[in-house]
Amino acid sequence: MTDITHIPARPIKWSTVLDHAILITGALFMLIPMLMVLQTVTTTDVQTIRNGPEFVIGDQFGANFYKAMFEASGFSGENSGTSMLINSMILGLGFALGKIVIGMMAAYALVYFRLRFATFAFWLIFTTLLLPLEVRILPSYEVAQKLGLLNTYTGLIVPLIASATATFFFRQYFRSIPEELVEAARIDGAGPIKFFIDILMPLSQTMIAAMFIIMFVYGWNQYLWPTMITTEEGMYTLVRGIKQITQDFEGNNIPEYGRANMLALIAILPPVAVVIFFQSWFVKGLTESDK
Amino acid sequence: MKRAGFTTRWLPILLLVPQLLIIAVFFYWPAAHAVHSSLYLQDPFGFGSTYVGMDNYTDLANSTEYMKVGRFTLIFTLLVTFFSLSLALLLAVKADSVIRGAKTYRTLLMWVYAVAPPVAGFIGVLMFNQSWGPLTELARSIGWDFKLGVNFNDTATAMVLVSVWKQVPVNFIFFLSGLQAIPKSVREAALIDNGSATRRFWDVTFPLLAPTGFFLLIINITYSLFDTFGIIDTLVKGEPGNNPMTLVYKVYVDGFRGNDLGGSSAQSVVLMVLVLALTVFQFRLVERRIHYT
Repeated sequence: MTDITHIPARPIKWSTVLDHAILITGALFMLIPMLMVLQTVTTTDVQTIRNGPEFVIGDQFGANFYKAMFEASGFSGENSGTSMLINSMILGLGFALGKIVIGMMAAYALVYFRLRFATFAFWLIFTTLLLPLEVRILPSYEVAQKLGLLNTYTGLIVPLIASATATFFFRQYFRSIPEELVEAARIDGAGPIKFFIDILMPLSQTMIAAMFIIMFVYGWNQYLWPTMITTEEGMYTLVRGIKQITQDFEGNNIPEYGRANMLALIAILPPVAVVIFFQSWFVKGLTESDK
Repeated sequence: MKRAGFTTRWLPILLLVPQLLIIAVFFYWPAAHAVHSSLYLQDPFGFGSTYVGMDNYTDLANSTEYMKVGRFTLIFTLLVTFFSLSLALLLAVKADSVIRGAKTYRTLLMWVYAVAPPVAGFIGVLMFNQSWGPLTELARSIGWDFKLGVNFNDTATAMVLVSVWKQVPVNFIFFLSGLQAIPKSVREAALIDNGSATRRFWDVTFPLLAPTGFFLLIINITYSLFDTFGIIDTLVKGEPGNNPMTLVYKVYVDGFRGNDLGGSSAQSVVLMVLVLALTVFQFRLVERRIHYT
């Protein structure tokens, strides 16, 4: 950009230096809390309590990892890191898959068919975008309780799907696909199911991937609903288990920072890794959704 | 609907059934239930309920505590929205202008998007640990005796800080993609017309980013109202006590801890109306946005 102005070559451009300084400060603001967590998982609890975070890398990583993954806290002894990790995976993957399958089906019906009650169904579905689960949390809990869904994976996942974000997203995307495609497919004798599987699905691959990443992260990070619906420790997810860990700090004689911070780290890593590795898809999916 | 649609009758209905069934059971039923129970006074021991009309709402309007929570929510929302938007805008403009390391900066500034709010709150609890937290020590070095979970203002400061930390990445991603969508020709024309980078920003870039900004404004308000639940819950360590809380957190505390179902439902309904108003506002902005872009 600035090359166009042809200023005679100078060794250092101060505005560029300032730009980098601001960006580095921003990056550090984001990174430092994480570095602190990383440091405390390598030391013993006593060291952390005595010295706080320091610029030393200890040798307790393995021991803390073992404690976090295989030793359980709580009363039942069922909420080890391993079981919480499995539950988080089930929630993240189940939520993403359910949302995409149901969303694509509904969006396909709304965009490609002549339906008499299409407008009505559209409004019925898109009103759900307006009210987040948080504002109807108590009655949702009562409904789940009436249906006997407490402490089940169905109860954990399905009520979270009851907001039409993916449907809305796929509807927008399908509408942007040229109409000639349907016409051509119909002339060639393709029925609606064949068109969906052979033409629409391959065309939507990138969009499906982007949606999957966003929804996986969203599902994995759910907190309020899992907190309410799961009371058995064997059903806890990592993110839901965080609360119990924080409360343990208050009660115990020696707070188990190594174990707790390791669990926080395990809760952070999978979604962060997904977002970093599939960055371009993820950014595309996220920014596309505002159109 | 596209003009050239299929005419099969049973298939679209079959495709719509799962979606409609789920929202009927887990959206419309609970929402109706909330409105219904906001009109009743529940017996705390679950023995029954009496119809009390609008009493739960008038109780809310007359409650000084509810008003206090409402005021805090407003200030909290304003602070979080302002800081996370302006910080993200600054970083996005800089990340858009540097050539070297642009991709690394992008990654380093957006990964926090994937951190769950309660985990962010948990890290906040560590950063503000009473005896060794780095931020507590920083505050102490300037003579500020920071007490998370004890002092109202200190806890509120921590809530705002953690919420901003969590929200900057989202805004950054949207601002950056907004900046990158500005055509090169426009930038070059601006460069010829105006030598000052600051003036260029306010006269050309900022107005072009306005649609993104409006959109993000709504996103950030919704975030501050609802998605900060996990941050607040972990920062107060599940002990609301005298600590600051937002309206959504109060719905939870009153309904689950206090067993005041009627009052909690009335609060839910108030929040629903608030969100609906926000959405109508958003739609009107989007409509206007079509007119001038």
